[in-house]
Amino acid sequence: MQNEFPMLQIIDQNGVLVDESYRSLLTESLVKELYVKMVRARLFDRKGVNLQRQGRIGTYVPFEGQEAAQIGSAMAMQEGDWMFPTYRDHGATLTFGHSLKNVLLYWKGRQIGCVPPAGKNIFPPAVPIASQLLHATGTAWAEKLKGTDRASIVYFGDGATSEGDFHEGLNFASVFNVPVVFFNQNNGFAISVPIAKQMKAKTIAQKSVGYDIEGVRVDGNDVFAVYFHTLKAVENARKGNGPTLIEAMTWRYGAHTTADDPSKYRDQEESVRRRESGDPVTRVELYMKHENMWDEQFANEIEQTIMKEIEEAVAKMEQEPAPHYSEMFDYVFAENPWPIEEQKRAYAGMRGE
Amino acid sequence: MTTAVGTKKMTLVQAVTDGLRTMMKEHDNVLVLGEDVAQNGGVFRATDGLLEEFGDQRIIDTPLAESGIIGTSIGLAMNGFRPVAEMQFLGFIYPAFNQIMTHATRIRARTLGAFTVPMVIRAPYGAGVRAPEIHSDSVEALFAHMPGMKVVVPSNAYDAKGMLIASIEDPDPVLFLEPMRVYRSTKMDVPEGKYTVELGKGSILREGSDVTVLTYGSLTEQCVKAAEAASEKGYSVEVIDLRSLYPLDKELIAASVQKTGRAVIVHEAPQTGGLCDTLISLINDTSFFYMKAPVEKVTGHDTPVPMFALEDHYLPTSERIQAAIVSVMDC
Repeated sequence: MQNEFPMLQIIDQNGVLVDESYRSLLTESLVKELYVKMVRARLFDRKGVNLQRQGRIGTYVPFEGQEAAQIGSAMAMQEGDWMFPTYRDHGATLTFGHSLKNVLLYWKGRQIGCVPPAGKNIFPPAVPIASQLLHATGTAWAEKLKGTDRASIVYFGDGATSEGDFHEGLNFASVFNVPVVFFNQNNGFAISVPIAKQMKAKTIAQKSVGYDIEGVRVDGNDVFAVYFHTLKAVENARKGNGPTLIEAMTWRYGAHTTADDPSKYRDQEESVRRRESGDPVTRVELYMKHENMWDEQFANEIEQTIMKEIEEAVAKMEQEPAPHYSEMFDYVFAENPWPIEEQKRAYAGMRGE
Repeated sequence: MTTAVGTKKMTLVQAVTDGLRTMMKEHDNVLVLGEDVAQNGGVFRATDGLLEEFGDQRIIDTPLAESGIIGTSIGLAMNGFRPVAEMQFLGFIYPAFNQIMTHATRIRARTLGAFTVPMVIRAPYGAGVRAPEIHSDSVEALFAHMPGMKVVVPSNAYDAKGMLIASIEDPDPVLFLEPMRVYRSTKMDVPEGKYTVELGKGSILREGSDVTVLTYGSLTEQCVKAAEAASEKGYSVEVIDLRSLYPLDKELIAASVQKTGRAVIVHEAPQTGGLCDTLISLINDTSFFYMKAPVEKVTGHDTPVPMFALEDHYLPTSERIQAAIVSVMDC
């Protein structure tokens, strides 16, 4: 099946164009935009890890190494579309318009972190594995019923394909022919469990065959391949041609979370090796250099601009006043039923309020 | 039965590992399976070292599927094995709910004992460790409500090992909950080798004569603290660690509340339909005419466990427990 689902590339790991048919589509402005978004995600992610180490936020989930998969796919979506991330996909949600401040607040244990900016259809990070595939199918189904051309994209990892909800999400999408893109980031590990223990199948893309839907396998560290193949899948969905399962081959350089120690289950030299050969951000830099698009001053300037944006978001996160405990009581229902109201009053009374 | 010799200082989570190791050594049919349990030794290291000792046919990293883990464990248990299945967090157990509710708990009843499911489901539970969303649920009452399943919760290392061994030896499904908040909070002497703590029995953590505090798992420490603070006000508080949520230790609870005539029930799970309701029912059935005051409850609220910035407002504290003690004493 690996031969039937070859890993598609547009640039190779040295940033060399390997598919000439995309040359004219790779405009300087598109290339630069993808590059900037990836750098922004990477710098944000490193900040997240540092903030956790300094005790300024709680457990943090890093995604460094997966920027091309997340940014390329998110850039293929349009205003009004729906996005369903996992806890490792803030690179995608930030690209799709989530607020840096709220994403940071999420990792600081604040409920407001689940709230997207007004008008952005971004679901809170799905914590139970694969559960979000069905929500993406449902929202896409609703768009179809409403007669719009909007679509949903849902992110999930290689481990998620083992859950029952993976099957149910793909099957419903197939049966009802709904406009959803199932975007799998195959980073080879579900916490500590390597993909060989997760499935006997050699690819995830081949699972599309069982549902008679489109399936494609891309180099998830080639942002151009991710962008154009996701765009194709989304356009197909908008035209009423149903769902696509995309498998993006990638790698997380770091731990599963800041509470995890990857040296227990894998050789971290592999991350060093992958960073040196085929890093998703470096690849685009190399491509730009080959194509005479690289501008050192531009690169330095955007890094400074991004760092300023991130530092401002961190400052805003830290200035955010502590939430009042009423937030815990007042959003369970539209109106508090008597038990919640009584418990809230009793708690206030206990505090002498 | 005990063949224990000597003791070792252990945390609760180390006692869990030791209990698993003891039973895996003694019985070839004891298997441990779950997500990240083998190579990684469990996300809390509860199964650390077992892969090296017993190999990958006895301790198994499964695909990421809770329903799959429990469903296949049912089959393994029906066919000669004693699986100990780990749910990484109790909040991740919900995909397996169907397998537990419709199969694990009723295969004995459906087949009049022809098939049985001697399996253990281990799951860390509870809030208070600044964990991410959904990692802090305390939904033991859902399972205590299920006919056909025992639900037990140790609060210390000694009980953890003895109760885990008893759970593995039990002929029926047991949900073995591990309070992650106290996984590593203290060390205590734990006997080496095999011993059991009988399931269905609570224990008296602190004797008293004025009021009985009924609790379990993660909050025993807060209850003892509250009892000590109340003793400074002249109140004599008995603290009972229930240890078993199904079945409850009816005799122990009844004897205590009949002695004191007052009860405070403490758990972090949401209130409505929580164990507090079953306990009040038990007190009503056994001890109604002994009671000097209405029973007080100190519990989580009828809300999802909030993200960690607010979890201290959700969790019962020693102060809330003290206030309840004073309230039943003043009644």
